[in-house]
Amino acid sequence: MNVGLEHYLVVSALLFALGLLGVIVRRNLIVIYMSLELMLNSANLALVSFSRFNDNLNGQVMVFFIITVAAAEVAVGLALIVALYRKRQSAHVEDLTSMKY
Amino acid sequence: MKYEVLPWVILFLPLVAAGIITLFTLKNEKVSAVLSVGAIVTSFVATLLCFRAFRFSPQEFTINWLDLGTLQVDFGLRLDPLSLMMLLIVTGVGSLIHIYSIGYMKGDPGFSRFFACLSLFTFSMLGIVLANNFLQMFIFWELVGVSSYLLIGFWFEKASAADAAKKAFLTNRLGDFGFMLGILILWVTFHNTLNFDLIQQYIRENPALLGGGLTIAGLLIFCGAMGKSAQFPLHVWLPDAMEGPTPVSALIHAATMVAAGVYMLCRVFFIFTPDALTVISWVGGFTALLAALIAVQQNDIKRILAYSTLSQLGYMVMGVGLTAPEASMFHLTTHAFFKALLFLGAGSVIHAMHHEQDIWKMGALRKKMPVTFWTFMVGTLALAGVWPLSGFFSKDAILAAAQHHSIPLFILGVSVAALTTFYMFRLVFVAFCGVAKSHGVDHAHESPGVMVWPLRILAIMSIAGGVIGIEALFAGALKPGGEHPHGLLAQLVYPFQHAPVAALSGLAAFAVGLFLAWKLYWNAKEDLFTLKFSGLSKLMSNRFYFDEIYEATVIRIHDTIATISDWIDRWIVEGLCLGLVRGGTDLTGRALRLAQTGNLQTYAFLFVLGVAVVLWFVLGK
Repeated sequence: MNVGLEHYLVVSALLFALGLLGVIVRRNLIVIYMSLELMLNSANLALVSFSRFNDNLNGQVMVFFIITVAAAEVAVGLALIVALYRKRQSAHVEDLTSMKY
Repeated sequence: MKYEVLPWVILFLPLVAAGIITLFTLKNEKVSAVLSVGAIVTSFVATLLCFRAFRFSPQEFTINWLDLGTLQVDFGLRLDPLSLMMLLIVTGVGSLIHIYSIGYMKGDPGFSRFFACLSLFTFSMLGIVLANNFLQMFIFWELVGVSSYLLIGFWFEKASAADAAKKAFLTNRLGDFGFMLGILILWVTFHNTLNFDLIQQYIRENPALLGGGLTIAGLLIFCGAMGKSAQFPLHVWLPDAMEGPTPVSALIHAATMVAAGVYMLCRVFFIFTPDALTVISWVGGFTALLAALIAVQQNDIKRILAYSTLSQLGYMVMGVGLTAPEASMFHLTTHAFFKALLFLGAGSVIHAMHHEQDIWKMGALRKKMPVTFWTFMVGTLALAGVWPLSGFFSKDAILAAAQHHSIPLFILGVSVAALTTFYMFRLVFVAFCGVAKSHGVDHAHESPGVMVWPLRILAIMSIAGGVIGIEALFAGALKPGGEHPHGLLAQLVYPFQHAPVAALSGLAAFAVGLFLAWKLYWNAKEDLFTLKFSGLSKLMSNRFYFDEIYEATVIRIHDTIATISDWIDRWIVEGLCLGLVRGGTDLTGRALRLAQTGNLQTYAFLFVLGVAVVLWFVLGK
């Protein structure tokens, strides 16, 4: 069976949907964070496959940038979560509703 | 030309004095008095110079003050015989009253404030006199209202004075409202000009304009004069205004402010149609009679003079209505002399009696205060119209006009003249002659020189005022072309040649009034009139119940409207309108804040949903 662009895109879409589901239903902040990374990487996958099948390196360059930025983002995000945990002794979204009316 | 600056000096010096006193010298009484008196005396001297320069050549000095498209407002000073003569009265009589005040107000804690107010008042009054257009006149008109409010309520810690000030101000405002409407009508009728000269020219070129619209405008303008000159039915404020210090009564309520109404009528005489003039003459005549009747049964020395002022103002207004503005201005001038004299004399008496104002507690003051008595006597004789004192000539001029135009008003005028003599001699006999009626008299003594010298000067003016050519000057300004006597002798006998009936009736009225007063009050210890005609007397001494009638009608209606307005404001405007808007906003807010759950995942879900909807819109169609 010949693997084409559509297969990659379907996998990418599935990964994205899984990540979104995780963001919406999981309660633990760290898991939500991991799900966010999953969504980010599904986008990476889509970009790489477009690059491969269109013979254009722009997509891969873009992915490198995204990975770099994601690394920085993880550092900031985890630091925020640790700080939050120290303050509230909890990393569950149900406990973080002080912005409620 | 150096004279051009003089009118501005005359006008603004008192304002400068008022400003300096208020800002810097309130603590220093001497400097305040010197500043205020100096300002008005300088104005007087400048007026004399102007009088020499511009008597025969009227001039206007104008600067453009407001320039808003079609609205052009000039700030102009108009110098012609009319305004010059009025300036002389205001600054001349004003100067004497200022000087007198130094003695009268001595020791008052508000001494400096008093002089600041006097100067402010002088400034406003000069502004009215010099104005060359309606708008400027209206502005100074209101300023006069304010400064008279300050002066009447000078002893504001006394409730009656504060109330009187309020009453005067509100009554004046009522008249001024009509004045303003009248100005607006003129503004529309005369194509955006309010300049006296231009309007006069316009009327002369389009006589057809003298129709119904102008009658209404004229009567509305007359409303303003009705307020300031205290004509019926807006006369109620003047007697109450006697709560102010006596120099104020003399300055404002005898010589200047109340004369402003008459002056304004003469200044804009050309806009009055015959119908309007008829109304004006009857209002004036009625006021004259009403006030004279009330004066007969008043016991407060200042109130008698106040009602007498009302009555004489009625005369002047009647004169304007009888198309004799020159006679009115003549009477205004002589009245300014002798009524200021009478008020200052009354002030001297009150000063000597330690603020006792009831004439039935005086008596025999003739020997204690000779200068005051004799000058007061001169004022009384002039007011009663005795030949050859000034009052005779001016009153005769009005009576002659009445005889010429309207016999009922002539009869009314003569009977008012008799009443005038009667109540004035009642005052003189009771207060100055007979026996002392209280112990206060024993301690009374003549007032200081600073107070009696103004009396002497005013007495001389009251005697001579009729024959020094004042009438000819006004006649030249207001009715050019008429023949007028020149020379002292010719003027002395002129009334008897010109209108013998009027002159002799006036003298007969004096004789009747004097005889009745002598019969009733010479050596009287109590008021025989009150005993004999108790019903009528009660009516008179209660001022025909006008205050009570106004209390029951105007004020009641006003209070009712105020209550209704209050209810509407409280329940309809605030309750219904504001309440609905406020409640609606509040309710929506409460509903909308339910969306703010604070749950991160709800927000995330809604965010994705939003993105999905947008994508569907962009791509799906």
